[in-house]
Amino acid sequence: MNQLLPSLVFWIFAGLTLLGGIAVVALRNPVSSAMAVVTCFIGLAGLFITLSAFFVGIIQILVYTGAIMVLFLFIIMLLDLKVEKGNARSLAGIAAGLSLVAAFVIQLIGVLGANPDMEMSDAPLNKQRMVESAQLLTKESDDNPHPVGADSAIVKSLKEGSLPDVHLVGHKLFTEYNFPLQMLGVLLLVATVGVVSLSKKKSA
Amino acid sequence: MAIIKVQRPKLKFGEKIYLGALIRGFFLTMRHAVRTILGKSVGAGTLKSSGTGVTMQFPEQTWDDQLPEYYRGAPALVTDEEDRERCVSCQLCEFICPPKAIKIIPGEIPTDDKWAKVEKRPKEFEIDMIRCIYCGMCEEVCPEQAIYLRKDYLITGYSREDMVHDKKKLYEIGGKRVGLVNKWNELK
Amino acid sequence: MIEFLTPFIIILIKVIFLTFLVLLPLVPVSVYFERRFSAVIQDRVGPNRVGLPLTLFGFKKDFHLFGLVQPMADGIKLLLKEDFTPSHVNKAFYWLAPALTVVPALITVCVVPFGSDITLFGHTESLVIADINLGPLFVFAVASLTVYGITLAGWSSNSKYPLVGGVRSTAQMISYEIALGLSIIPVLTYFGELNLTRIVEHQVDNGWLLLPLWNAYGSVFSAAYWEHSGEQWLFMIPALIAFIIFTVSIFAETNRMPFDLPECETELVGGYHTEYSSMKFALFFMGEYAAMVIGSALIVTLFLGGWSLGFGLDKHIAALEVAGFGIGGLIHMMVFGGKLLAFILFFILVRWTVPRFRYDQLMKLGWVVFFEAALINVFIAALIIAAPQLGALIITIGAIVLIAVTAAIIWVAKVSEDKTPALRA
Repeated sequence: MNQLLPSLVFWIFAGLTLLGGIAVVALRNPVSSAMAVVTCFIGLAGLFITLSAFFVGIIQILVYTGAIMVLFLFIIMLLDLKVEKGNARSLAGIAAGLSLVAAFVIQLIGVLGANPDMEMSDAPLNKQRMVESAQLLTKESDDNPHPVGADSAIVKSLKEGSLPDVHLVGHKLFTEYNFPLQMLGVLLLVATVGVVSLSKKKSA
Repeated sequence: MAIIKVQRPKLKFGEKIYLGALIRGFFLTMRHAVRTILGKSVGAGTLKSSGTGVTMQFPEQTWDDQLPEYYRGAPALVTDEEDRERCVSCQLCEFICPPKAIKIIPGEIPTDDKWAKVEKRPKEFEIDMIRCIYCGMCEEVCPEQAIYLRKDYLITGYSREDMVHDKKKLYEIGGKRVGLVNKWNELK
Repeated sequence: MIEFLTPFIIILIKVIFLTFLVLLPLVPVSVYFERRFSAVIQDRVGPNRVGLPLTLFGFKKDFHLFGLVQPMADGIKLLLKEDFTPSHVNKAFYWLAPALTVVPALITVCVVPFGSDITLFGHTESLVIADINLGPLFVFAVASLTVYGITLAGWSSNSKYPLVGGVRSTAQMISYEIALGLSIIPVLTYFGELNLTRIVEHQVDNGWLLLPLWNAYGSVFSAAYWEHSGEQWLFMIPALIAFIIFTVSIFAETNRMPFDLPECETELVGGYHTEYSSMKFALFFMGEYAAMVIGSALIVTLFLGGWSLGFGLDKHIAALEVAGFGIGGLIHMMVFGGKLLAFILFFILVRWTVPRFRYDQLMKLGWVVFFEAALINVFIAALIIAAPQLGALIITIGAIVLIAVTAAIIWVAKVSEDKTPALRA
């Protein structure tokens, strides 16, 4: 059961993602296509969550599905695009698409073939592994230049057997990538302020 | 001076920040809510309130004793002091009735009857209360003062047939009315 | 086999119990309170008749129950009405839209902690469906999907008022999601935690975020409390600002009254659900109220202590046992339900007090006021959390300087703008 459920969930969400992806190109109505993208994103988020990457999965929904695709839909609706008519599918287009897919599949097989040790043995996150990694995280080494405090939330949560993914992401961001993060933050702030000031109506 | 330029009022900082007005609004609505629950809303005393708000709980409480003299309720037929039908089925009310709610089938009074002189009395007299608009034209036009608008307003029924008042029902609502009756008193 | 299935059955029971027996009944209850409370505000009575029709079964009198059965009558009415699908709509999306509004609202319930643990048959179970470490983020993520239902309803109806309603709602919800997310950053940094269960447990020990009347050292009546409560009281400032911004943003997110532009009757007939009837309309209605319940639940959990009763009483309640069953969780659930109802009543009070905003005012409030205020609030909270030893005075001065600088920036932006003529032609 323990093995069965994750793989079952994986197949459901993988199917959902693929279905969404195919529907994006197959459907002719722009709004249907946009909704297919949404389905695809939700499937992806589900896949992230099956990998215990809750944070990434939820951010996927929050940012892509909840904000970006809504804006896309907004624009599509306001433009009032009609359903494409006639046989817009040319042979060349389909051929190009298929060759791209083929190239991607070959690449995928190549990558997977080159790493034969990627097996399921690594996959389940059990408590023992978490406790071990908690020990590793507290020690300073070349791989781990910014050790975590022994009584920090990360260690506590790992010892309890739950993955503190938000804390881990935060720790990584604010130690190793502190400077780029700050720069990005300032950039985003500038962009937001810029948008607010640009959107102010200039009256004649 | 044809055009008056209206300047928008300059709002003070306190008014712009909107918070004060908001809180005062909460107090206002809450005061109404509390007063209503306590049965002390404005006018609750004079309006025969049921205890909550100013509303009267209708089927249990009614407005009857507050109805004015001139209240126009359901039209009804009346009898005189000697229990005679006042109506002589002249059909004036049937013709004046704007929504055509009244239907009269006149009947002749047999010659051996005590009141044979009156000649006619209604065999059937029906008022369709679904059609009636309570205008009072029938009352006004009646030469015999036989039809009056009474104070009944609770006219209900489960079917269209229930809503048609027949003669019996009309006399039941109308009852007796003492007063001037031209024809019988031989004033004409 | 049974061993395998037990966790699944327990989760299924929890889903059914918490979603369909706790959250869903709260929807008709809030509809009832909406009608009764609005009535007493306006000096009316409200629905007080629909009860148990005992006269049908030969009893002398009907039992009115203060009209509590009214929402059921409403529901039956909506179910039995003709389900009309106009011919000009886009059928697939027209049918999908109501489901897309309700389902996210019902999914979000799975991270809300309803009470402390209960013990049944020697088995301890927490009263939360999915105790994931990302509570508020999960709620935001799933709740942001509601916008698809409204937008699609507006678009697929293929008529002008619903489209305008849908477009309004999209713009409004995206704008306020920013304020919503930014406003709780101070709260989350204070707790250092995204897990709602542990956030509540923290408040059990250290006082509610907005009412820090006790902490690990005792309650307000003891001297030890006052020695250790300085930071708590100081954090009230950013917490209160966060609370106001968060609450108002929840109003905007759930399309409630001061911000119900997507469905405002005076301009848009019914807004995005103009073309809907019968149960499909009822689903929109339910979705709105379910979102309101979840919004209140989130506010109560983050700011008002969730299921905790406070003053150190919670440990005694949690330890309560009746015939071997730990029923403390149920009492906590009632406490939570009480707080929830109180907040729903506040929602209703606001609806019947505050008049509707104009759309540009709404956008201005979201982007100019709340966005900036939430940003400043993040800085203030960071200052308090990172440097509590600086003391109240320095932090206050820092906050004032911060606010002054921001106000100056806003003022400069406003002055540099071209003056609009006083009266437009």
